[in-house]
Amino acid sequence: MKINYCDALVIGGGLAGLRAAVASQKKGLNSIVLSLVPVKRSHSAAAQGGMQASLGNSKMSDGDNEDLHFADTVKGSDWGCDQDVARMFVHTAPKAIRELAGWGVPWTRVREGSREAVINAKKTTITEDADRHGLIMSRDFGGTKKWRTCYTADATGHTMLFGVANEALRQDVDIRDRKEAISLIHENNRCYGAIVRDLITGELEAYVSKGTCIATGGYGRVFKQTTNAVICEGIGAAIALETGVATLGNMEAVQFHPTPIVPSGILLTEGCRGDGGILRDVDGHRFMPDYEPEKKELASRDVVSRRMIEHIRNGKGVPSPYGEHIWLDISILGREHIEKNLRDVQEICQIFNGIDPADEGKKGWAPVLPMQHYSMGGIRTKPTGESQNLNGLFACGEAACWDMHGFNRLGGNSVSETVVAGMIIGNYFADYCLTNDVTIPTATVQKFMDKQDAYLDEILAYNGTEDIFRIKNKMQNLMDNKVGIFRDGTGLAEAVDELEDLLKKTKQINVKSKERVGNPELEEAYRVPRMLKVALCVAKGGRERTESRGAHYREDYLKRDDANWLNRTLTSWPDENDTQPTITYEELDIMTMEMPPAFRGYGAKGMIIENETSAVRQAEVDEITEKMQAEGKDRHEIQDALMPFSLPMNYREKNERAGDK
Amino acid sequence: MSLEKGREITISVLKFNPRSKVSKPHFVDYKLEETPGMTLFIALMKIREEYDPDLSFDFVCRAGICGSCGMVVNGKPALACRTLIANYPTGVLQLMPMPAFELIKDLSVNTGKWMDDMSKRVQSWIVTNEETDITKMEERVDPDVADETFELDRCIECGICVASCGTKLMRPDFVGPVGLNRVARFEVDPHDQRTAEDFYELIGDDDGIFGCMSLLACEDHCPKHLPLQNKIAYLRRKLVALR
Repeated sequence: MKINYCDALVIGGGLAGLRAAVASQKKGLNSIVLSLVPVKRSHSAAAQGGMQASLGNSKMSDGDNEDLHFADTVKGSDWGCDQDVARMFVHTAPKAIRELAGWGVPWTRVREGSREAVINAKKTTITEDADRHGLIMSRDFGGTKKWRTCYTADATGHTMLFGVANEALRQDVDIRDRKEAISLIHENNRCYGAIVRDLITGELEAYVSKGTCIATGGYGRVFKQTTNAVICEGIGAAIALETGVATLGNMEAVQFHPTPIVPSGILLTEGCRGDGGILRDVDGHRFMPDYEPEKKELASRDVVSRRMIEHIRNGKGVPSPYGEHIWLDISILGREHIEKNLRDVQEICQIFNGIDPADEGKKGWAPVLPMQHYSMGGIRTKPTGESQNLNGLFACGEAACWDMHGFNRLGGNSVSETVVAGMIIGNYFADYCLTNDVTIPTATVQKFMDKQDAYLDEILAYNGTEDIFRIKNKMQNLMDNKVGIFRDGTGLAEAVDELEDLLKKTKQINVKSKERVGNPELEEAYRVPRMLKVALCVAKGGRERTESRGAHYREDYLKRDDANWLNRTLTSWPDENDTQPTITYEELDIMTMEMPPAFRGYGAKGMIIENETSAVRQAEVDEITEKMQAEGKDRHEIQDALMPFSLPMNYREKNERAGDK
Repeated sequence: MSLEKGREITISVLKFNPRSKVSKPHFVDYKLEETPGMTLFIALMKIREEYDPDLSFDFVCRAGICGSCGMVVNGKPALACRTLIANYPTGVLQLMPMPAFELIKDLSVNTGKWMDDMSKRVQSWIVTNEETDITKMEERVDPDVADETFELDRCIECGICVASCGTKLMRPDFVGPVGLNRVARFEVDPHDQRTAEDFYELIGDDDGIFGCMSLLACEDHCPKHLPLQNKIAYLRRKLVALR
């Protein structure tokens, strides 16, 4: 048996994993990053539009601060988020972006003087002050009070990923790609590393470590129509689930993005609408103002996606060989703007659809349709990023339910979370690795190794009539149809039963090649059962949650129910022979919130079943605020009195801004 | 989907598993029906699911962003996910793994390992003695300089320029257009304090800037249309002036 020992093991080499590894490496720990693919190919690279951080540099973001960013994030989450974590996040985001600037991420900068911009489909002039020239620029995104999304044209994720990956190389982090973690090693509720399969040689090896951090991204590929890369299959969440100890949080919270292009599902960034692009129907009519007079195309993603489908249901969709869709029109922004700031969008439209979105009029409209985009759910953690149940297992980024997104995340908050969580959780993770030792016998490691070895042999020996690719396709189709944007009890119940049936069928397949090396079908055969477990968590969590909150929208329960459902779904898989997850709930305590539940400011009004504690807490918050303001206390002191939070390193320090008085 | 039947296309793939004792390089032809908007990503996934589950290739983003799927299509290296079948009138596409990289299996080559070595060799990171205080305002950068840096930062390390490169065939240790572009990128970046002398130490030889024969294939094939030849020429002039 090959055992690799290290201090800190990070599974997943995207932005979150790499940044966490840099944090542990900087504390002198021997850190290893395992990645399915070369790290610079991670799905983080596909983030286009930008990263939210309240710098407040440009004209349209002047006066921005942590408090506004916090309020937007909490509203966006439909009050499902952990407000402590949201505070930790918004406070660190400006530091993250400045750190990245120091590592060479070429953020688009403020240029003094006047420029043309399109706001609400009208041309306007914005004038930037000379004293802001050269500072980091920001653009508009959905659900935000200020223009807060910092960017590098529409390749933000790519430049960030290269910046962090290069820093990891500079720090000499041991990065090993084409390695897949297929099981976690654990004993007495503590995690000690993973059993890993080398995707080139097919060999199994053990990685034993003091602490393990999972940063494997989301689980979008359990759906058919998704913007996610083919590697986003949720295996990281699945192996945590399979420990029987760790829990997953809010798995039913799945975001659908309004504007992936039809039919390929490749994302066209929210920056298209942020920069002034609009949505049109079959008649060329701009319909969003009819539904959302205030925010229009820039309401939160869950709201815009639903309005688009609603409009299609009202008979206004555009027919096509691939079903009905909506038009995205960015031609009104002008060719110059598109070729500079939305170049990748233009290239995607040209290459995959043969249209140039800068062409004036209908010729340049791009066909779009809401599709799965982001996984709010993931491995449930404490604010430090450590699993609530399995010590020594940490998670960060999209793989985690650290929970700053609740039931809907805002555009620009995900790529921001990756790096911020990598900084915060990476440091807590490093501290854990510094103070804990490996205390398991190698016989325990061998037991986990043998189990996976036997499992692969078992798969190759299956002699049934089912086909693993067909099972996967069935799963993806039924997730789209029954666990999608609009859900109801009947469909969700059917989905759970059918997924359970598919999970049983994964033992009745027949893998054609019996090789243990270079056998893509074998890889599918051990991944799909794990994907099905993740899908079951999504469907069952959704079936049980009889309310509509954020992206979880039940047509049979249209209201957000704060009286009964202000909680977080926790799913576990206690026995490996179970065919369904076990569900419990974690209550959210309104009395500790800085912002008690209220109306979001967009979406339909009057759709809330209120919790009476909200008013009690709101009165308390108002009283404390007024009293302290009268005493001349500043916003930081008031915030600290309402809901104190802590951060590692020097991240708790105030963020300097150009507009500071 | 339209009810019209698409044309029959032939995807011919070079299959070989270097880790097997019995495998020899050979072409396998797959015939399938073209669907509207079909890319090589869609075609290869279909082949794997319906005809040959043993076929190896690399895709991640399938959107031309991550650089995983470089392969040689009818003699030219290209990103498979952005290759539209409709652009091939004969309907015959011959696929081979990219040269210049270690073969893993079939169409899968180890670009990641090569790119990591390249990154370390040219020190593909900001070299500076300044410490960034992340609680303070960021350093100002002229918007034009930021844009210029970004233009060169758009490289996705897909390896197509390396697979296209004549010098790489003659000099196995050539740092490649991607490596030279990386140097150009840090040379522009105001955060990086390295001088021309420092860069000369990294690439001032025949395996670096003086190896390039200006055959231009890198720029012809670069999926991100990077100005590789201009940047290489600029660096060569700059560095040759030092000696």
